[in-house]
Amino acid sequence: MLDMPYRKPLVQVRDLKMYFPIHTGLLRRHTGNVKAVDGVSFDIVEGETLGLVGESGCGKSTVGRALLRLYELTSGSVTIGGTDIATLGPEALRIARPQMQMVFQDPQASLNPRMTLSAIIGEPLDEHTDWGREKKQDRVFELMDSVGLNRRFANRYPHEFSGGQRQRIGIARALALKPRFIVCDEPIAALDVSIQAQVVNLLEDLQDQMGLTYLFISHDLSMVRHIADRVAVMYLGRIAEVSPRDALYARPLHPYAEALLSAVPEPDPALARNRQRIILQGDVPSPANPPKGCNFSTRCPRVFGLCREIKPELQQVEPGRFVACHLFNDTNAAGSTGASASPIGAPEAIKEHNQQGETL
Amino acid sequence: MADGAAPVLDVRDLKTVFRTRSGEVHAVNSVSFHLNPGELLGVVGESGSGKSVTMMSLIGLLPSPPADVRAGEVLLNGVDILKIPADALRDVRGAKIGFVFQDPMTSLNPVFTVGNQIMEPLTRHMGLSNAQAKVRAAELLELVGIPDAASRLKAYPHQFSGGMRQRVMIAIALACDPDVLIADEPTTALDVTIQAQILELVKELRRKLGMAIVWITHDLGVIAGIADRVMVMYGGQVVEQAPVADLFANPRHPYTRALLKTIPSLTGGREARLQVISGQPPILGAAPTACPFRARCAHAMDVCERENPARRPVDAKPVGRGHDVACHWTPSPDEVGRAHA
Repeated sequence: MLDMPYRKPLVQVRDLKMYFPIHTGLLRRHTGNVKAVDGVSFDIVEGETLGLVGESGCGKSTVGRALLRLYELTSGSVTIGGTDIATLGPEALRIARPQMQMVFQDPQASLNPRMTLSAIIGEPLDEHTDWGREKKQDRVFELMDSVGLNRRFANRYPHEFSGGQRQRIGIARALALKPRFIVCDEPIAALDVSIQAQVVNLLEDLQDQMGLTYLFISHDLSMVRHIADRVAVMYLGRIAEVSPRDALYARPLHPYAEALLSAVPEPDPALARNRQRIILQGDVPSPANPPKGCNFSTRCPRVFGLCREIKPELQQVEPGRFVACHLFNDTNAAGSTGASASPIGAPEAIKEHNQQGETL
Repeated sequence: MADGAAPVLDVRDLKTVFRTRSGEVHAVNSVSFHLNPGELLGVVGESGSGKSVTMMSLIGLLPSPPADVRAGEVLLNGVDILKIPADALRDVRGAKIGFVFQDPMTSLNPVFTVGNQIMEPLTRHMGLSNAQAKVRAAELLELVGIPDAASRLKAYPHQFSGGMRQRVMIAIALACDPDVLIADEPTTALDVTIQAQILELVKELRRKLGMAIVWITHDLGVIAGIADRVMVMYGGQVVEQAPVADLFANPRHPYTRALLKTIPSLTGGREARLQVISGQPPILGAAPTACPFRARCAHAMDVCERENPARRPVDAKPVGRGHDVACHWTPSPDEVGRAHA
């Protein structure tokens, strides 16, 4: 995967905003907005996996769904393979759908219990192709083979399968139309530890075979370290940091990314006991009423006056590393001038960063 | 920890069976463990490994039928609580043994205030008056780190965030100064930064109150950070038990070894491919006559099919006191040590 030449970004997200209206009172007047996603920009280069991490309620799943336009965006643009998904009409959107698919968190809830496995996996083919029955059946078998499901199970129902196998069904369905881009929304969160590794390995194999591009949404930071090439850290509807994986885990720049990583329990008693943890105080503020200035300013251990006044913008502070934090205002003057033309996450820099890690 | 002292909780040979229409399900098979004063015992296992059912059966929280605690002794300070009448058991629960459940939303009553729910065990078990209970409840909320405690007593559970609710649950469990606190996946439903807060709180409470804790989790990372001793469960039985440093440095059971290998690390080398435990966890049914892990085990032998291995010591100490494992396989000297090697 790494020796693949890096091309231009497959997915470009610019200033994505997704507000959900709040209606209150007898007349259901529009009295405010839940700012689930509030101005998010990033790129995903073809063939890479971008990890999107954050705590519950930070808007990571909303980003994933908005990217596939499962929501009508409040504003911003999402370009996938050259088409702006955000402004497409209904028919054009339908035609664009096969190239982008989704794997959902809960394989129990996302599979219709009254459909057989072959009907579930074949449904996208019914919708988007005019193939005959036999051709469809062949494709379904082919998909079942590629995700490691036995062909004998084609006429069984989802309840007859375990969580890990159900997730394989969901993956096969997502692959049916040969997509280029897949949003994986917490695909392993509902699975047991010993099953998680099986599904992650499958996703990686499929990526290698089919050259897929993933947005991998997860709250499991150690799994994201395994699967992602670059990682975006979200907090309360905004991106705090986007960095190549190894650089982020070695030295997180944004104070939230630093606190988040230090909170992950390390499965090694010696390390766990000696580690300096940053314990954040309090809870995440409500996205309906985010704080003035930086969203993280209410919990940030390194907060200062400016943070409570002005929202920091995402800016490049080191090659390939983007941070939204006023602490990096001085360093950015040098960094941004040179590399302002590069996409969010300069491909050359990523390659360099991650190869260092790979040889470890 | 002080291994010479008499254990607070001593569970011997506990067996729990569920009667279902399709036959009996042996969910807990001869589980034995003890808990020393002031000790934190971590219990690790996947869903269906029997870790929650074990804890629920020892304090009589399982509905019967279908559940049937068929054999065993549960000695709490020397008294077998499986044999005492239901009324007396109710006083043990809450007063002597506190319980914190996984999901703080569903285990708090939404129509009562938080204060009400903390005061309930105080008036029920400790015989405090309402006024006294209110003072104590505010103290407890303060103890678990909820600011402005006195006024928060009037709040309802939905007005609290997930982490705050779990703090309330801990306050309720601690209300009557229990000898034993059983925490069943208390941080699983929480975000990592909130989990870190709760873990810090528990460490601090242990320093202040010195109670013994059983901590159930599937997260080996959490165990590494807080446990003194670890018990690994699989298929309704204990497969390995050891002091925490020993377990991570020298895992003996193939399941424990595989489990440690499947979790990607946050630091250190990054594996190109994750190690996998192939197959599925066992479906529990009749009493096992063979090792429950044999179908997924890399070291399975003929004897594993014939005989369910008993726990045997790895070091010189008797089973339960040091490091023990329930496995027929003995690693050769170069296989001993960290499973990552």
